[in-house]
Amino acid sequence: MAGQTLDFPNVETLRRLALSESGFIFDPVTGNSFTVNHTGQAVLQLIQQTLDVEEIIQKLQAVFEIDALVAERDVIEFAGQLRGCFQ
Amino acid sequence: MNAPEKTLKAWAKPTLSSHRVGVMNKFGAVRQQFHQTEVDGVEIEPLLEQFGSPLFILSEKTLRNNVRRLRRAFATRWPKVRHGWSYKTNYLNAVCSILHQEGSWAEVVSEFEYQKARALGVPGSRIIFNGPWKPTAILEQALQEGAQIHIDHLDEIYALEQVAQKLNKKVAVGIRLNFDTGYTDSWSRFGFNLESGAAMDAVQRIASSQWLTLTGLHSHIGTFILDVRAYAAQARIMAEFMDKVESSTACRIEYLDIGGGFASRNALQGLYLPPDQLVPSFDQYAEAITGALLEATRTRSAAGKPLPTLIMETGRAVVDDAEFLITRVVGGKRLPDGRRAAILDAGVNLLFTGFWYNHEVKPLRQLDGTHEETVLYGPLCMNIDVLRSSVMLPPLNVGDALLISSVGAYNNTQWMQFIQYRPAVVMITQEGNVEVVRVAEQLAAINDFERLPDALRLPFPQGLPE
Repeated sequence: MAGQTLDFPNVETLRRLALSESGFIFDPVTGNSFTVNHTGQAVLQLIQQTLDVEEIIQKLQAVFEIDALVAERDVIEFAGQLRGCFQ
Repeated sequence: MNAPEKTLKAWAKPTLSSHRVGVMNKFGAVRQQFHQTEVDGVEIEPLLEQFGSPLFILSEKTLRNNVRRLRRAFATRWPKVRHGWSYKTNYLNAVCSILHQEGSWAEVVSEFEYQKARALGVPGSRIIFNGPWKPTAILEQALQEGAQIHIDHLDEIYALEQVAQKLNKKVAVGIRLNFDTGYTDSWSRFGFNLESGAAMDAVQRIASSQWLTLTGLHSHIGTFILDVRAYAAQARIMAEFMDKVESSTACRIEYLDIGGGFASRNALQGLYLPPDQLVPSFDQYAEAITGALLEATRTRSAAGKPLPTLIMETGRAVVDDAEFLITRVVGGKRLPDGRRAAILDAGVNLLFTGFWYNHEVKPLRQLDGTHEETVLYGPLCMNIDVLRSSVMLPPLNVGDALLISSVGAYNNTQWMQFIQYRPAVVMITQEGNVEVVRVAEQLAAINDFERLPDALRLPFPQGLPE
C-alpha cells in the first residue's frame, strides 16, 4: 500500500464538510447532512489531511487497536461510501 | 520510570449514513437489537468450534413443549384427538422419534417416508398415509400393516381395490376432500372436490366396493393460514359432509382429519406486522375448530351417534421454533446502492424457507457499531442466494456468527447438496446435553452414489491433453 491513494472524492469537497464531535456532518454547499461513527469520523478527518492510505492506516493504528490489513480493508470500503455520498 | 502505556480505542467498521427526510420506518428503525449466546442454556460458540459452521441446533425441550401445548389445546376441547406428525416438515429421525414418544402418529406422503417411519419402528397401524402417489408395492405393504390410507384420486380407488382383493382383505380407507372455505384459496389439487360432486361420486363408489369401506374424511386447506375462521369453516363443511355420507350410504365415519397449515411464529415476507401479533395460538385454532365441530355435530350427539376422532397433521407450528441455524460471516461488501452486505457460509441451499420468510437474525455476541440495512447473502455462486434482502444489523466482521430462527420446518427436508456439504445437526436434550443427530456430510458419502467407468479414471493412459 506504500504511497497508494484511493479513489476518494474530491479532497476539496471533503475539506469543506463541517464535522461535529458527535459525528454529525454538514455539507454547506448541498445542504445535506450525515452521521458518521467514531471511526468514520477519524478516517474522514485523516482524509482531509492526506490521501495516502499507508499514512492513514499508520495514524489509525496509533489511536485504535486495529490490525493494518483490517484497517486497510475497512478504509477501502469507507472510501466507497464517501464516493456514494459526495460524488 | 516507564511512561504509562497508551490505551488504544476499540475499532469498529467506519460507517456513514445519510439523513433522509420521509423514509423513516414507522415500526422502528431497529428490531434486532439483541444478541443470543445460548440455546437452552448451552453456549453456542463452543458448539461451532466443535462441529463446524454452519450448524443446525435443535431444542428437544421446545419441540416437546410445542406438541404438548398443541395436544392440550385440542384435548381439553374435544373428546378424541390425534396428532399425526407431518414427516415432510422435518424427518430427522430424532425429531420424529421425540414426537412419536409424545404420542404422535406418523403422517407420511410417499414410499420413502412410509419406509422411514417403519424403519424407526412405528407400526403400520399408527401411520397416516397421504400423498398423491402411492406405488402399488407400498400400498400393499401399508394395507397389510393396517395403515390409515387417504385416497387422493379415482385411480387410487381402483389400485386399492386390486391390492385388497389380492390380499383378500376388506380395508378401511379415508378420502381426501377439497372445497372452498371462503377464507383461503381453495387447494383443488389434493383429493376430490366437494362442490363439483366428485367427492360424493367417490364416496358412492367406495360404498359399493366389496373390498373397501370408508371410515374417514381428510382435507388440507392450505399452509400458513392466519385466519382461524378458515378452519372453523373447514370443520363445519367436513362435519356436514360426514352427515351426508352417512345418510346416503352405509358408511360410518370414525374420524375427521383437518390436515395441517397452522402458522408458525415466523415473519412471512410481505406482511408488515410481526408474527407475535399475527399468528394465532394453538388455543385460538383449537377454539375455532372445536367450536364449529360442536355446533355442526349437535344433532348427531343428540341422536346418540359417536363423535368422530379429530386428527391434526400440524407440522410447521410444532417444529419451526425448535431449531436454529448458526452461520458465520465469511466476507462483506458495500453494494453500489450504499447498502451493506455480508456473505455467510449458509445460504438457500440450507435455508430453503429464506425464500418466503424474513427469518429473525441475531448476532451471537454484542456487536458494536451503527445498525444499518444489511443484505445477507449465502455462499452459493447464484444470484438468488439471499437469506435476508434487508435486515438491520450492526457492522459484521469475518468470523462473526449469526443465529437464524425459526428454521425447524422444511429446511432439513428441502435442503440441497449443491456445491456445498450439508452441515451437522445437533440437539440440545432436555437434560442440557448435546447430541449429534446428523453428522456433517463428507465427499465420500456423496461420491458413494456414483460409479466412474474405468476408461474415465485418472491418470489417463494417454496423459492429459495440453
